[in-house]
Amino acid sequence: MSDVFLDGKLIGTIENPKVFVDSLITARREGKISNFLNVNYDKNLDSIDIFLEKNRIRRPLIIVNKGIPLLTNDIKERLKNGELSWDDLVMQGIIEYLDTSEEERVLIALNEKDLTEKHTHLEINPVAIFSICSSLVPYSNFTPSARFNIGSKSQKQSVGIYALNYLNRLDTSTNLLHYPQIPITHSFTEEIFGDKKNSGQNVVIAIMNYDGYNIEDSIVISKASIDRGFGRISHYRPYSAERLRYPGGQVDQVCIPDKETEGYGTEQDYRFLNEDGIIYPEAEVTGGDVLIGKTSPPRFLGKLESFSAAANVRKDTSVKIRSGEKGLVTDVFLTESIDGNALIKINTRDTRSPEIGDKFSSRHGQKGILGYIVPVEDMPFTASGIVPDIIFSPNGLPKRMTVNQLIEALCGKVGSLAGRRINGTAFQGEKPEDLRKELLELGFREDGTETMYDGRTGKQYEARIFVGNIYYMRLKYQVADKVQARARGPVQLLTRQPTEGKAKEGGLRLGEMEKESLIGHGASLLVKERFSSDKTIEYVCEKCGDLAIFDRYKNKPFCLVCGEKSTISPIELSYAFKLFLDELKSLGIKTKLELKDKY
Amino acid sequence: MESWIKSKLPEEIEKKIFRSSLSAAKKQEIKKETIDQYKKAQLNPGEAIGIVSAQSLGEPGTQMTMRTFHFVGVAELNVTLGLPRIIEILDARKEPKTPAMMVAVKKKYSQNKAKVDKIANKIQQVSLGEIAEEIFLDLANLSVIINFNEKAIKDRELNYEGITESLLKEIKGIDVKERKKGITVFMKVPEMKKLYRLKEKLKSVYVGGIKGVTHTLPVIRDGEYIIQTYGSNLKDIMEIKEVDFLKTTSNNIHEVASVLGIEAARQTVVNEIMAVLNEQGIPVDIRHVTLIADTMCKTGNLLGITRFGIASQKSSILARASFEIPLRHLIEASTVGETDQLTSVVENIMINQPVPVGTGLPGLVVKIDKTKKKTKKVKKK
Repeated sequence: MSDVFLDGKLIGTIENPKVFVDSLITARREGKISNFLNVNYDKNLDSIDIFLEKNRIRRPLIIVNKGIPLLTNDIKERLKNGELSWDDLVMQGIIEYLDTSEEERVLIALNEKDLTEKHTHLEINPVAIFSICSSLVPYSNFTPSARFNIGSKSQKQSVGIYALNYLNRLDTSTNLLHYPQIPITHSFTEEIFGDKKNSGQNVVIAIMNYDGYNIEDSIVISKASIDRGFGRISHYRPYSAERLRYPGGQVDQVCIPDKETEGYGTEQDYRFLNEDGIIYPEAEVTGGDVLIGKTSPPRFLGKLESFSAAANVRKDTSVKIRSGEKGLVTDVFLTESIDGNALIKINTRDTRSPEIGDKFSSRHGQKGILGYIVPVEDMPFTASGIVPDIIFSPNGLPKRMTVNQLIEALCGKVGSLAGRRINGTAFQGEKPEDLRKELLELGFREDGTETMYDGRTGKQYEARIFVGNIYYMRLKYQVADKVQARARGPVQLLTRQPTEGKAKEGGLRLGEMEKESLIGHGASLLVKERFSSDKTIEYVCEKCGDLAIFDRYKNKPFCLVCGEKSTISPIELSYAFKLFLDELKSLGIKTKLELKDKY
Repeated sequence: MESWIKSKLPEEIEKKIFRSSLSAAKKQEIKKETIDQYKKAQLNPGEAIGIVSAQSLGEPGTQMTMRTFHFVGVAELNVTLGLPRIIEILDARKEPKTPAMMVAVKKKYSQNKAKVDKIANKIQQVSLGEIAEEIFLDLANLSVIINFNEKAIKDRELNYEGITESLLKEIKGIDVKERKKGITVFMKVPEMKKLYRLKEKLKSVYVGGIKGVTHTLPVIRDGEYIIQTYGSNLKDIMEIKEVDFLKTTSNNIHEVASVLGIEAARQTVVNEIMAVLNEQGIPVDIRHVTLIADTMCKTGNLLGITRFGIASQKSSILARASFEIPLRHLIEASTVGETDQLTSVVENIMINQPVPVGTGLPGLVVKIDKTKKKTKKVKKK
């Protein structure tokens, strides 16, 4: 007796599980019951699972009967002529959809020639075992799985055209590639999903070292390539302000704020604002410039205070460009929010050409950082005068074994010379051996190497250099978003220690382990200096050991416990420790500082 | 020390090289070089040796892998190694996760495999279930009847009296009656409900061998057979006459400390840590490890590097509070009015003063005019 579960619920038991499951599947293939039904018999649990619920991942497979696929040549012919459609194949039980549970009981052949008696299904195309992203990696059957994985992940981070209606959209922080190209070495998946939204460019790469500038996964790019637009992107960042209403009939004002307003910056900051308090399009703004001038009513307005002039000062809540960023105002939108408040949205654009530290990647998991931009006259060149766009380090190849990158370079070379795109789909791309022959016919060395000359000296390199064309992507991680440094800057209110994080212009923390390292070197005074960011002078009463107070009017300190008469000395200590003493007091612990001559 | 270098060391060198045909000037050079090298090897005052030791052990710890040593042929038995073992030692846990012993046998047995096997068999713990052919309940008399496997008893060199004795010792409230081929166990206060539980308890009760030693394995080390055991009982194993107690060790530091004393425990700490590091192929200078072992054992008791161990021995309140559970330390310190002398590193970082390590250690000793402006140092009570 086997238990039968429908969508995970027990609905009954049955005597002959195998016969039951077979009859269900036969009925489904004959179209007697819904083809959305999937069924599986679990031998170990002795239970039958029937699934009809939503949100199952299912994929189509060709049904195989005794080693012969039901999709015969005759049917293929009729499909080509348009006599049959996909739905017909499903209805006739030639193709069926399996979900993850039913996949457990089947044996799927990858290729038609692998078929044996035992097989129950056949892949429609071998590439179907990959996801969309991973099937875009060319010649992925020539790469280790780890690199294949990274390669498909890299493509998700690439900058391209993310949506064709990008001009009408206001997405938070997006990048747009200026001159996207379709890859020379392409996968057949691209043909299916269209090739309008590409995210890279075809470049000439030479695999060699360029002094030390491409060690450890960095790459060297020719200045001329960048000037011609390689990897050039626009970075969009929208800003918005809402004219909020507050209880008591108070409203935000969008205007150029008065100089009396609390938190008013300098006049310079508001120079781009029109009379309505909103910036004009095409204004070139840098960090700290105001985009939308806005003032808010003072908070906590009591009855009496509303008559006093001092409490009636409005606050400046203008929207400013993020510190360290720059850009051009592209669009100004005036609209209404869901609550009916006036809403102002401003989009800014910043053109970013590649700079040292930006991240690039090919489609093979060979990601790297731009190490140096070389003037084109210093770049190596081939005998035929070709200057590579990118110099890629050969040290990245042996350990990672990304053979498909070399094959793509070969394909790209043949493709650009012969003027055609090359199919590099996994398992079924054009054969590398054929491409080598074609390259030879085109008048190049069949192994893809070329004699090269050093651009700086004009001397010929001893070794021949492998040159080819590869599809390169610029990834969304750019130094412009990350770089930050500070000498002085904002501090936290409570501890008087520097703030944390780039957005708050924070400092870089010298952590616990770094501290130990300095102490380990015996650099005692350096440690003191590094941790003196919050040092203060406090007055201590030597009689009671409590902190004294400095009276600014009389210009001398006095102790709250002992008065002015006791000896009060200034000491230097970290503000955090003073705070700690205060916290101990709040715990009810009396602290007493005993002062003593150091020498 | 300084005087020893000046007077004794040149003498010692002289003794060693006086026969050689070197010239007097060369001999002088050798002496000078030796003394220089000796002085170079000494630590400078104010060197932060504790931190350097911690770093030298902590950095390789990040690349250590959890690997276990497996007993040959017994899949479920393994000895914890790698980082978990290091943490276990440094925390000075009362019971190691996998206690084990290296039992050396006396010279006259150590070459003979058969004899060593016999000793191994002797020290392995025997439970009643292993030597019993059947154990069943006699419900009429409310007793448990145990029939022995005579061969097993003979193999383990046991006898009925011994079994009875240890049964009476291990389980309270029973009487044992010997029979021809086994024993019958009665309860002093017969109770139906407890009878079944008694039977289950009897199966695992210890009757012979060394208690705690669940598995033994004779292995060859340096051309001699020794017995590797799983489970540790140092005190009992040393009473076995075939065992060479001078060479026998355990990996349970607390047991070593109680049986052999704190010096042996210190050495065990060093050996165990070095064994793990060597097994992982991580070169760490033994002096770092000895420093840690010294610190753990300096009080005469084994103290782990935990909040209950050496961290609680720190003299400074602030240093203790900054480690773990600050509130408790602060409140305890305040109830007795402790004073922090600000003599070590952590406190001085907290109040932003130079730490008394390295360049911060030496002070200027000068007579200053007391009437001039004073420089102050902070103290906290």
